[in-house]
Amino acid sequence: MADAKVIPFDEDRPRRRMPRRVRAVPAPVPAEPDPAAATPAPAPEPAPEPGTAPAERGGGWDRRIAGGLAFLRRRVTGEYEVDDFGYDKELTDQVLMSLMRPLYDKYFRVEVKGIENIPAEGGALIVANHSGTLPLDGLMLQVAVHDHHPAERHLRLLAADLVFMLPVVNELARKAGHTLACAEDAQRLLEAGELVGVMPEGFKGIGKPFGDRYKLQRFGRGGFVSTALRAGTPIVPCSIVGAEEIYPMVGNAKTLARLLGIPYFPVTPTFPWLGPLGAVPLPTKWTIQFGEPIPTDGYAAEAAEDPMLMFNLTDQVREQIQHTLYKLLVQRRSVFF
Amino acid sequence: MGKVVLVTGAARQLGGRFVRRIQRDPEVERVIAVDAVTPPHRLGSAQFVRTDIRQSSIARVLAEHGVDTVVHLAVTGGRPLAGGAHSAVKETNVIGTMQLLGACQKSPTVRRLVVKSSTSVYGGTPRDPAVFTETTPPKSLPSGGFAKDAAEVEGYVRGFARRRPDVAVCVLRFANILGPFADSALAEYFSMPVMPTVLGYDPRLQFVHEDDVLEVLRLAAQEPRRGTLNSGTFNIAGDGVLLLSQCSRRLGRPTLPLLLPALTWVGSALRAVGVTDFSPEQMRLLTHGRVVETTQMREVLGFEPLYTTAETFADFARSRGNGLLPPERVGRAVDRVAAMLDADGLRDDVDTVEGAQR
Repeated sequence: MADAKVIPFDEDRPRRRMPRRVRAVPAPVPAEPDPAAATPAPAPEPAPEPGTAPAERGGGWDRRIAGGLAFLRRRVTGEYEVDDFGYDKELTDQVLMSLMRPLYDKYFRVEVKGIENIPAEGGALIVANHSGTLPLDGLMLQVAVHDHHPAERHLRLLAADLVFMLPVVNELARKAGHTLACAEDAQRLLEAGELVGVMPEGFKGIGKPFGDRYKLQRFGRGGFVSTALRAGTPIVPCSIVGAEEIYPMVGNAKTLARLLGIPYFPVTPTFPWLGPLGAVPLPTKWTIQFGEPIPTDGYAAEAAEDPMLMFNLTDQVREQIQHTLYKLLVQRRSVFF
Repeated sequence: MGKVVLVTGAARQLGGRFVRRIQRDPEVERVIAVDAVTPPHRLGSAQFVRTDIRQSSIARVLAEHGVDTVVHLAVTGGRPLAGGAHSAVKETNVIGTMQLLGACQKSPTVRRLVVKSSTSVYGGTPRDPAVFTETTPPKSLPSGGFAKDAAEVEGYVRGFARRRPDVAVCVLRFANILGPFADSALAEYFSMPVMPTVLGYDPRLQFVHEDDVLEVLRLAAQEPRRGTLNSGTFNIAGDGVLLLSQCSRRLGRPTLPLLLPALTWVGSALRAVGVTDFSPEQMRLLTHGRVVETTQMREVLGFEPLYTTAETFADFARSRGNGLLPPERVGRAVDRVAAMLDADGLRDDVDTVEGAQR
């Protein structure tokens, strides 16, 4: 528990060095492990720091522009690849991730623990809690896995069918590697050795009132467990703290939601009263912790058909996530820092 | 032991090519080509019988020639031949299949039936899994158009297979067929100078090359090779996936994204003037896309397509000529910008930095 006080400032990654007005002193400390940590990041934030010498960075800019133009050339001529699910790896790496990274680094200042629990290769199912009215937690989880994992693994999220009904959203979701949360797609991805992320609470979790924050809702019917069992991949429980408070949902305009055909219509202290300004999330401090993987390869082939085992495993995963959530909440000093 | 093969839909492009292809097979003795209109192309040494499969005369043809293999290609989503009505195509698809199957059921000589179907039987909704297998049930039955025809045809074929278990029945669900000679609605769509698309959707498409279609039809019409089985239902598609946006860029034809209601309107207008057949069914494809799994095709049917989806599309694009924005020219424009920046960079590093920052 001693590390609880140290982590917020010492376990920093280089690009998360945001200008802190009060504490300017600890900055040089995280600068030491920089070279090791900076190598696996080919596209760091282009945040130009006025202190660095421009001549030194000239070559980098040249290379970046050349890379950007090569990328542009491939895009405009259509010479890029997508997989069967419509996942556009290049676009995700070069554009979508870079768009989410400022939110991840600077706004929510996500801290990641236990990344070593994600296997370096082969399929695995990451099961996380779901919260925050808008599914920002899924996107942040995707960035966290990609940026922190030594193998830079790509997380393939399973999303609700609503995502694939909305124009623009469905297009971006498919290109970012998300797919519909159904057993067929999940199993296909897991068997292909992909890292699959699922939030079994679904709308019950993301659209729960603020008063119920950090209380895990029912985990669906446990379909994710049987899928993992069939594919023989481990289940990695994941707890996300901080997403609950980004849009404190104090009310739910059910009639309006039904009218719009969406599962809930959030009413927060700022939304819809302040209009688009009310849709700005609160800058909470996030922690994402990956727990010990639960192996599933020890079970017999017919185990996936055993409802009792499914419920037990589902409960085990749920308990572990809930327990970690409470532990992280106790360690948390404040919602915003 | 010569085989007698009957091919329906011989007046269509694909039917004609298949007739010419199958008669070169050594084990095929005679080929009977059937259609309601006289084909505009040659049929080689095949015997053409002009008959409408919607009428019971088809039973006589089967009996007269002692047909043992029926290849049913008259299930199409294309335009009617020789200025017929759209309803005529539907009738040929559904009633024609019923008549043909009825005739086959009575025929003592028929041993093998091959039916051309389409992956559109899976429909395509946001609720569907990303990749369809042969056993995926459609979430919503196609409401009309060719997809509904194909679904109904498959239903009748299943009934036939139940009643005549001694006949080997092979249903081939083809992805969108493209190639230099393609005359499908999708090929027409890809030939438009500006392609209207649905705003906010980028469907995944899969193509299969005409040559592969002919090969797999031939494979299905023959005795199964050792270790393979050619009765059942199979998805036939090239490897890989192309997004509609990729297709338009590779073709060099700009897209015009429209809201779904507006596109419906534009589609019916285009259909009215006869530019392209913009059916609701095609609209669905262009909204949600469709991808099928082809493991069964490889492992059970033992068929390896020569062309991937991308290669099929490239072959098609070559045959259609340049669009308004040929990819080579667009690529060169980017190269020119790169060359300009490069020259700048050589002159002064700092300049480039400042220029980029600006």
